[in-house]
This record gives sequence, structure tokens and C-alpha cells, in this order.
Amino acid sequence: MEKILEVKDLKVSFQTYGGQVQAVRGVSFDLHKGETLAIVGESGSGKSVTSQTIMKLIPMPPGQITGGQILFNGDDIVPKSEKEMENIRGKEISMIFQDPMTSLNPTMRVGTQIMEVLIKHQNMSKQEAKKRATELLRLVGIPMPEKRVVQYPHEFSGGMRQRAMIAIALAASPKLLIADEPTTALDVTIQAQILDLMKELQNKMDTSIIFITHDLGVVANVADRVAVMYAGQIVEMGTVDEIFYDPRHPYTWGLLASMPSLENDNDAELAAIPGTPPDLTNPPKGDAFAARNQYALAIDFEEEPPMFQISETHFAKTWLLHPDAPQVNPPESVMKRIRKLSSNFEKPVLVKEGK
Amino acid sequence: MAKYIGKRLLYMLISLWLIVTATFFFMRMAPGNPFTSEKQLPPEIEANLNAHYGLDQPWYVQYGEYLLRILKWDFGPSFKYKSQTVNDLISEGFPVSFLLGLEAIFLAVAIGVLLGIIAALKHNKWQDYTAMIVAVLGISVPSFIMASFLQYFLAIKWGIFPVARWEGFMYTVLPALALASTPMAFIARLTRSSMLEVLANDYIKTAKSKGLSSGAITVKHAIRNAMLPVVTYMGPLTASILTGSFVIERIFGLPGLGAHFVTSISNRDYTVIMGVTVFYSILLLVSILLVDIAYGIIDPRIKLAGGKKGE
Repeated sequence: MEKILEVKDLKVSFQTYGGQVQAVRGVSFDLHKGETLAIVGESGSGKSVTSQTIMKLIPMPPGQITGGQILFNGDDIVPKSEKEMENIRGKEISMIFQDPMTSLNPTMRVGTQIMEVLIKHQNMSKQEAKKRATELLRLVGIPMPEKRVVQYPHEFSGGMRQRAMIAIALAASPKLLIADEPTTALDVTIQAQILDLMKELQNKMDTSIIFITHDLGVVANVADRVAVMYAGQIVEMGTVDEIFYDPRHPYTWGLLASMPSLENDNDAELAAIPGTPPDLTNPPKGDAFAARNQYALAIDFEEEPPMFQISETHFAKTWLLHPDAPQVNPPESVMKRIRKLSSNFEKPVLVKEGK
Repeated sequence: MAKYIGKRLLYMLISLWLIVTATFFFMRMAPGNPFTSEKQLPPEIEANLNAHYGLDQPWYVQYGEYLLRILKWDFGPSFKYKSQTVNDLISEGFPVSFLLGLEAIFLAVAIGVLLGIIAALKHNKWQDYTAMIVAVLGISVPSFIMASFLQYFLAIKWGIFPVARWEGFMYTVLPALALASTPMAFIARLTRSSMLEVLANDYIKTAKSKGLSSGAITVKHAIRNAMLPVVTYMGPLTASILTGSFVIERIFGLPGLGAHFVTSISNRDYTVIMGVTVFYSILLLVSILLVDIAYGIIDPRIKLAGGKKGE
């Protein structure tokens, strides 16, 4: 499959009064055509910053890309100027934001907000753009689009607005769509509708999607592959099956264990990961997760773990995969779901030294 | 919409009646009368004068007659300027104040909004600091000092504009500048803070993610949303500027309406006080109505009550 996006050792930091916050600390991943990659992690893990950096939407300054490459169709985005970015944003890569209540301009007709993209990127005239905007509204499942196209966002419900946002994002048929928690602000039935719509449109348009969320239920529903982020790094990455049925990183275990399931309702207390994420102005020495990790080894506090490869597609950044590490079993609720995957290598292979 | 405006006009009449009544009675409560002066008038003459102007009638008759006259847009004769009615005073002075006021409002809005936008777009850069220093100066330097500065440099030293009097367009520039400086500074600060707030909104990020240039984002998405506070301020500003400024008109020797506000009170010139107050109130009420209508046009979420359409 054709690689559409390659992020290589991306580092992003923000200059604040308290010092330099290293929000993203060496993230690497790639994305194929038509594929959906979910990035999961708790608040402050750097998932939104990573995705917004791909479109260079983070405010610079105070934000700064301190290292790495973002290859989009083989072309590095990092050194591109604002002017060059304008031809990429909305046309090649577009974005859907978390809160549909605030991400549309309240004083501009919904149709006009869609037309802007068409006029800018597809050189349409106003009439053509309006016709196309109406079609797009119909495509995203908004009834009576002829009437809706001249309405203002406050006349739309939350789910409708997110549909309109999707219409804006897909107006110029981008190759990559970044969805930053697109269903977090919606209620559950609407969430399901929006997810279905996104999947349907992805199949129609052959768009790749980066889906940012902290809802693992959503991940299982939409993603092909999953990247788990913690403290500005990807700690585990693999296919959905690998992450859900054969997780290797203690942080992934923690996330999965804290997911409510239908089996353990009354008796078992819902597990939580103790503590809070580290302060990224001074990232801790060794493994950033060590302080919250009940399985932490002595070396975790000393040296950052390297990346191990478990299968062709499965990577995890933990010392537990080292040949010398003691045998450790994940928590019981995670144990129950583990399956033997045939694609795994015989032994985890060390692929990249930690620093 | 027509229903809404009709309702508002009715409220305006009620407000106007309250203003007229309050002014009428407060004015009468103030010690002295139009004929108080250093020279004591003989009692017979004062009685004659009172009879001539109807001041010898009981207060409710005077009040009733006054209300009736206002309905006919007749503010009565001036007590101090013999042979002139208040209507004459207003129709002489208002065009001057009006023209000057329009110029000042135009300057204040154009420069103020521009400075505010530049300051917000270049937040915490030198452009921002410069604009805000200008704004602080404009707010803290009183208009009469500004006026004297303008006269000294632009008129006396460099001779670009005439110093004073009212004989043509060139004569309006300096007083308009002096009049505009404070509201301009205020509008600049208002625009800046409101723009900063708008620029932090999610929909600005959405606009950026569509590939719009920062110019297009500012013009199409930010300014309109940032204008509401400025429009709010425009209501009272328009009324107060259009009716003229006593100080500025004095300094530049202009025959505007502003002077009558002040002198009529110290003269106890009852009819002029009333007339000028009523006139000012009408302007204020109309400009507030216009502001409210402008809200509805700028922000579609603000539905003008009255028409239940769309709900």
C-alpha cells in the first residue's frame, strides 16, 4: 500500500513562562492510503499537538518544531512557509475538531463556510460552489440541504453541526483527514451516526484518517491501527487486534483495564491508573511512565526503554520485552482478553535504542 | 421587524416622557429663575415677565402646556436670547455640531478599529505596543489639551489648517480630530480586546485549517464577530458627539449646539434647558434603536423580539 504520511522523530515544544514544555518528544509513525490510524492517550499526552503539527496549526511562537520530519506524499512539511501551507490545508489535509458548537463561525451561513473551501481550492464560482455545498450537505446526511445551506450554525443541532464540519473538511476531497476527538462532545447515539458517516465517506473517497480520541470503544469501532501516546511519545503501536488482544506496554494494560466492560459490572471496582502524567518541562529520566507503573523495573528509572518489535506491525517501548526482563503478567481483566496472535515474531526484536 | 420597531418607538415615547418630566421638575427645584441676575429687578417688572412667559401659572398648568408644545415640536422662546426661539437655536447650532460630529465619529471608528485590529493581529509585538500607547494617550489626554496642541502645531506653527472659526471644510478638521481622539482611543482598546477574544475561538482555527490566508480570516471571520462591543459603544457615542462639545466648540470658536447645554443651565434658561435635553434624548434613543437593529444584522443569533418567525 502507498504511504501517504510518514512522521519521523517529530519533536514539538512550547515556550511558556514556566520554561520549555516538550509536548511531543520524538514521535514516529506512518499512514497508508485509505487507512485509519487512531491515536489514543490521556489529556496532555501530546496527541492533539502531534496532529495539529501535521497541518502546522499550532501557534508558532510559542510553539516550535524542534526536530524531525513530516513527509506528506514524500514531501517534508516542516520547512514549508505559511503561504505553501495554505495550499495544503483544506485541500490535501483537513481537520475536524472536537466541539462542533464552537468550531463553526456563528455569524456566517453554513453554506458559505463550505463554499469558502471550494472557492479557495477548486476555483469554483459562487454559484457552482453553492450547488456543490448543497450536494455536500446532502452527502453528509443533512435533510433538506437546499434550506439548510443558507442557515446559520445556531439553527443546527450539535450532531448536524458536526456533519456540516465533516462536509467542510471533505469539500476538497483531501487525502488525509485528521479528526481530533470528533465525537467527544456528542451524545452516544449521535456519536455512532457520526462514526458511521465517517467510515462511509472514507470508503467513498479513499481518504486516510488520523483519529484522535481517548475513547477506546470508538477506537475498536473505527481504526485499522492504533498508536498509544504517553508523555509526548508513542509507547505502543499496532493493529487494533494487537492492541486489544495482545497489548505489551503496561500503560496500554492500564488503559484497557480502566475500560468498563459488560462482564465486570457490580463486584469489580473499575481500575484506574494512579497518579498524574509527568511535567513535560522537565521530563523524568528513564521511562516517563515509571512513576505510575506498578510493573516498573529498576532500569525504568534510569534509562529510557528502547522500542521493541513484536510483529511486523506491532511495536512497544518497554523494558519488559527485553530478554533479561522478568516474566510479568498483565492485570487480570487484561489477561482475560489476551489471545495468541499468529503474526507475532518468535521473540520481540529490539529495533531502536532509547536515549 | 416592523412590529419590533413599532414596539420600540412606543417605548421610546415613554422614555422620552419620563425624561421630560424628570428634567422639568428638577429644573424647577434648582434655586433661582431666568430673571435672577446681579441687578435686582423691580418686583412689578418681574411679575410682568413671569406673566409673559406663563411662569405665574401653577406648576401643573405649566407642565401640561409644555408637554402639549413638545408634541407640536415647539420648544418655546428662549428667556435669555430675546427674539429667538429654542427651535431657532437648535436649527442654527445643530448642523454645525452634526457635521463636526459625523467627521469625528468617522475618524474615531476608522482609525480606532484599524489600530485595534493591528494591535490584536500583532499581539505583544511592537505594533501592538505602539497602538496601545497611542490609545492610552488618547484616553488620558483631555480633549481641550489635545485641541490646544493641534492648534499650536498644525495651525500656528505649520499653518496647515486654520486655527479657529467655521468657514469651510478645512476649518472642521482640527476640531474633529480633537473631538475624535478620546473615542478613537476607546474604540481601539475595545476592538483589540474583542479581536483577541475572537481570534482565540475554535472557528478561527477551523478557518485556518481550510487553508484561508490570515488576511481572509481576519476580514471574513474575525472582524464581524469582534464588532459587537464597538457597536454597543457607538450608540451613546453618536448621541453625545452629534450634539456637540462645549469645550471643543469654545476653543475653536464654533457656533455649535454644545455651548447651549452649559450656558442655558447657568442662565436658568428653562426652555433652552428643556429643549436641548429633549433633543439630546431623542438622538440618544434613536441611536440606541439603531444599535439594536445593527446587532441583529451583525449577529444572526440575536433575534429581534416581536417577530416570532423562525422559532
